[in-house]
This record gives sequence, structure tokens and C-alpha cells, in this order.
Amino acid sequence: MSLINQIVDWFKGGSPGANGAQPADAREAELLAQAEMARRMAIQPGVAGEIDPFSQTMIINMGPQHPSTHGVLRLMVELDGERVRNVVADVGYLHTGIEKTMESKPYIKAIPCTDRMSYLGPLHNNLGYVLAVEKLMDVDVPPRAQWARVILCELDRIASHLVFLASNGLDLGAMSVFLYAFREREKIIDIMEMCSGARMMASYFRPGGLAYPLPDGFEDAVQKIVDVMPGALDEYHALLTNNPIWLERTRGIGAISAEDAIRWAATGPVLRATGVKWDLRKDAPYAAYDQVDFDVAVGSQGDCYDRYLVRMEEMRQSVRIIQQGLKKLPPGPHITDNRKVAPPPKEELAVSMESLIHHFKIWTEGIKPPPGEVYAAVEAPRGELGFYVVSDGTARGRRIHMRSPSFVHLQMMPVFGQGALVADLVAIIASLDPVLGEVDR
Amino acid sequence: MAEENPVVTSVRQRFPDAVLGADEFRGQTTILLRKEDLIQVCQFLRDDPDLKFDTLLDVTVVDWLPEEPRFEVVYHLRSLPRQGFLRLKVLADGNDPRVPTVSPVWPTANWHERETFDMFGIIFEGHPNLARILMPDDWQGHPLRKDHPLGYEEVAFTHNAEEIFSRKPRPRE
Repeated sequence: MSLINQIVDWFKGGSPGANGAQPADAREAELLAQAEMARRMAIQPGVAGEIDPFSQTMIINMGPQHPSTHGVLRLMVELDGERVRNVVADVGYLHTGIEKTMESKPYIKAIPCTDRMSYLGPLHNNLGYVLAVEKLMDVDVPPRAQWARVILCELDRIASHLVFLASNGLDLGAMSVFLYAFREREKIIDIMEMCSGARMMASYFRPGGLAYPLPDGFEDAVQKIVDVMPGALDEYHALLTNNPIWLERTRGIGAISAEDAIRWAATGPVLRATGVKWDLRKDAPYAAYDQVDFDVAVGSQGDCYDRYLVRMEEMRQSVRIIQQGLKKLPPGPHITDNRKVAPPPKEELAVSMESLIHHFKIWTEGIKPPPGEVYAAVEAPRGELGFYVVSDGTARGRRIHMRSPSFVHLQMMPVFGQGALVADLVAIIASLDPVLGEVDR
Repeated sequence: MAEENPVVTSVRQRFPDAVLGADEFRGQTTILLRKEDLIQVCQFLRDDPDLKFDTLLDVTVVDWLPEEPRFEVVYHLRSLPRQGFLRLKVLADGNDPRVPTVSPVWPTANWHERETFDMFGIIFEGHPNLARILMPDDWQGHPLRKDHPLGYEEVAFTHNAEEIFSRKPRPRE
């Protein structure tokens, strides 16, 4: 029996092999397996119903290697002509088992794993995890570290939104925005390199503070960015905001209501673009965000254009926050002096026996939070990034789980995409700004 | 004390049998629920005008391997209007872990529950499409369980490189 016959049989009713026929030999068994595979490929049931293989519509794959899918995202699109009947995201191509890896490492050594999730906003990943561990251990973070976190996270947000702007422009055919956005991003990445030695995978935060003191010349370098950023933002606005092609491609595309956004647990710019004023930096402040003054950018239509505007405004507000941070950045230690959480400074090791013991204990056994569980969330560039850390009193996390915003947003693809045109799907994906490393973890 | 938390009190008042325990740790409230009452309690938490937990952030599981019941299914809720946060828990047995799905209450639970099924093998009863989401369809086992081996990469030297490479998985022909 050929593979086609197998599939046709299955379409007529019943599953392959269900009518009592045992596979006669290995070849047949293989055919059955292939037919089963074909069935799974054809019917990947989505959140908004199944894709029906009998209908007169066409089912095509977008991705996993499509340049507009921002990585390895695969969309199963059911088309009626040029119109999208249904669209279902298929994720998992970038699954690297980050949660399992983190659960096998001591708490501090798990920090570099978090960078690799959302590689466009690595410091937010660091911060979310570090906040969870700090909450478990109930440590106080010195104010200099708190403010440094605020400044660096806002720089991180600008860098991430610049990549959003660049790739969104590129996806919709606006090549020059890409070059402009990466010009500014490069300067921010240079600051990350100044602080941590790494341009993207910074791993700069530690439970209790920062990994190293802020480098000399940090404030001047940040000040330079703060000075050029408002002008650069005006340039982006001039390129896109009133551009008729841009408006045509984004306005009214992929619009959702605030009720839908909340039902599907959208967060970040996707939620704010629908008009819901919700920002963790205001509503559940962490680090030093309770002492900064900024406005939450909100939209009204919930479409691609509003998501773009919200992000643009967020960059402006980030510049405001960084300016305040630079003014308020106090002198002092960069990490807590709680020796159960943070290792002692190097120079103490030569003169203090106790410090040597602490150093040895932290780097051999690791830090040991008391048994308990916490959920700590940060407002990452893409939305609420939550870390759920369960400790059983040992040096390794019993359970470390990430709630990643991109995962939740991709689940909403049917809500965004139904009724859109194929070309609009590109605009929708770009406006969600998913990072597949964070989706698949 | 967790008993004084208004959320716990109102759930207890409404469903006296459903709450098996409540705990407060670092300012976060956890309610341990009976499995049978999960859906009703979730609906109450979502719709009650004083609680309004309108967002389900996350569904996941903690595996306490040698202990029984082995799995704790964890739900993180947030209330946008009240700025509230709540953690719900139900217990699932290690041999046949079954929990009712909350996707009718919050549609966003769909993928979270699929991920939890994929990683831990928890069966969410009534789920519209309980299929693997992150792992390949033909994967054996559930990788985040504590008895699933971690796996590692052997270091290849000249004397054993060939043997190691011959054991590595390669694409089917």
C-alpha cells in the first residue's frame, strides 16, 4: 500500500491501522509511521480550532527558515486566496533545555544561562533571575547597585527596541531604518562591554548587587548616549511615523481589544498598545524604579502601528529614566556585604581567615537559600518576564521556571492573524518582536 | 499570617472544603486547593468583583521526586485592577498525574499546559489539544522530571574521537 493510499484511507475515516489491519512487515510499519506523521503535519490543531485538511483552502508553512520569522518560528497558515483563515504557531525548534540546565547548576553559576534566553534583552533576564534569588534569601541590595541596574536595564530596553525598530523596518521594506537604529545600538553595546566584558551576554548582575564595580568613565559614556538619543529618535520618527507606506502596512493591522489582550495574558507593549496602563515598573516596582519619575506609554487601537508608537515612546521615557539615574547614582559598594550571598572582595582574602572561608564556601558549595518559593517579575522589553524559583534548601534550585512574554504572545497568533493578508502576518510578527530563544528556552 | 489575607479568607468562605492550606512566604500568598474544586475556585477568583484575578501568568509544576504526591501544579495569577498576585497549587499523584484544565477559564492556559505536559507528563483533563509543544513529537519521556537524565557531552580526544562521533545521533537517511 502506498503512502498516498494510507493517507487517503485515513481521510476516508478512521486512523491508519484502526480497521484491525496489523502492519504486515517493517516497510508497512514505516509507511504507517509516515502517514501518522503526515497526519500530524496536516492537522496541527490550534488554539482557535483545527486546520481542516478537507477544505478548499491552502495550507502553507511560513518558516521555520523564513527571514521574517525572527529566528526559527514556524507558522502553519491556512489561506483562502490571499486571506489568512487561520494561523497557528509551531514553536520548539530552538529548545535548549535551559530550565533543566539551570536546575543542575548552583544558583550563581546558573546566571549565564539566563542571558541566552532573550538575547536581545540579556540584562533583564539577569535581573529577573537575580531578583528571585535575592527575594528567596531576603538580602538588601546597596543603592549604587540598584541605580546601576536601573540605568543598565533602560539602556538594555533601548537597545532591544532599536533591534525591534530595525527588524520591523527591514521586514516591511524600510531598509534605511535598520542602519540608523544599529548605529545607536552599537554605542549601547559598547557600554555593556565596558561593564562586563561581553557585548551581548553580559551576565553582569549577581544576587546582592553587580558582578564588578562600574567601570571608570561609565557615567560619561552613558551621558553621551543620553545626549544623542533624543535626536536619533526624532530621526526615526521622521523616517517612519508619517511615512504613507509605513502607515498603510501597520495601521489597523493585527488589532486586538484590551479584553482579548487580558484574556490571553498579553503583557508589555502588546498590552499597553490596547490602552491598558500596566507597567511592572510602576505597578510592582523593583530595583530603584519606585524612585524614578516617568510616564507609561499607552496606545489606543492595539494594532501594529500603536505597538510601534508605544515602543518609540518607551525609548524616550527610558532616556528620561537614565538621566534621573545618572543624577541619583550614589557612591558606595556595588554588592552587598552579606557574605552568605556574595563573595568577599579579593583583597580581604589575604588578611582575613573568615573571608577566605566564605570565598571557599561560595565557590565550592554555592549559596543556599532557605526552603521556599518565589516569583519575581521584571518589565522586560517584550513584556512581563517572570522567574519562578523553588528552593529546597540545597545549593541548586529545585525548580527554576521562566514565564517568557514572547511565548504567550505567539500563542495569540490566531487572534492577531485571522482575516489578515499574508503580507500582514509579516508585520504582525515583527510588531510582536518575539525572540525564539525566550519562547523555546 | 496567611489566614488573615483577604483573598484566602474569601476563598475559604466561599469554598470551605476546597482550601487544603495557605501559606505566605516573602509577601507572596499560596493557596493549596483540592483538585476537584480547581475550576470553580478559578472562576470565582476571576469573576469576583473584589478579587478580579483576570490574568493567568503561568502554569508550571514542581517535581518533589521521592515524595508522594509527587507533583505540585502551580498557577500564578495576577489581578491588573487590584495589582494583586496569587499562587494556586494542586497536588498530582506520581503514577497517574491528572489535573483538570483551566483553559476554559483563561484561554492563555492552553500553551502553558501543553508545555507542562511536554516537560512533566501531567495530563490536563479536558484540554483541547494536549500535544507536545517544545520537544519533538517522537521524544521519549518528559525531560524536566527529576528522574530524567541530564545528559552531557563527552570530551573528544584523538584517541577516542572516532568512537564518540560514531555514537552521536545523526539524521535518518
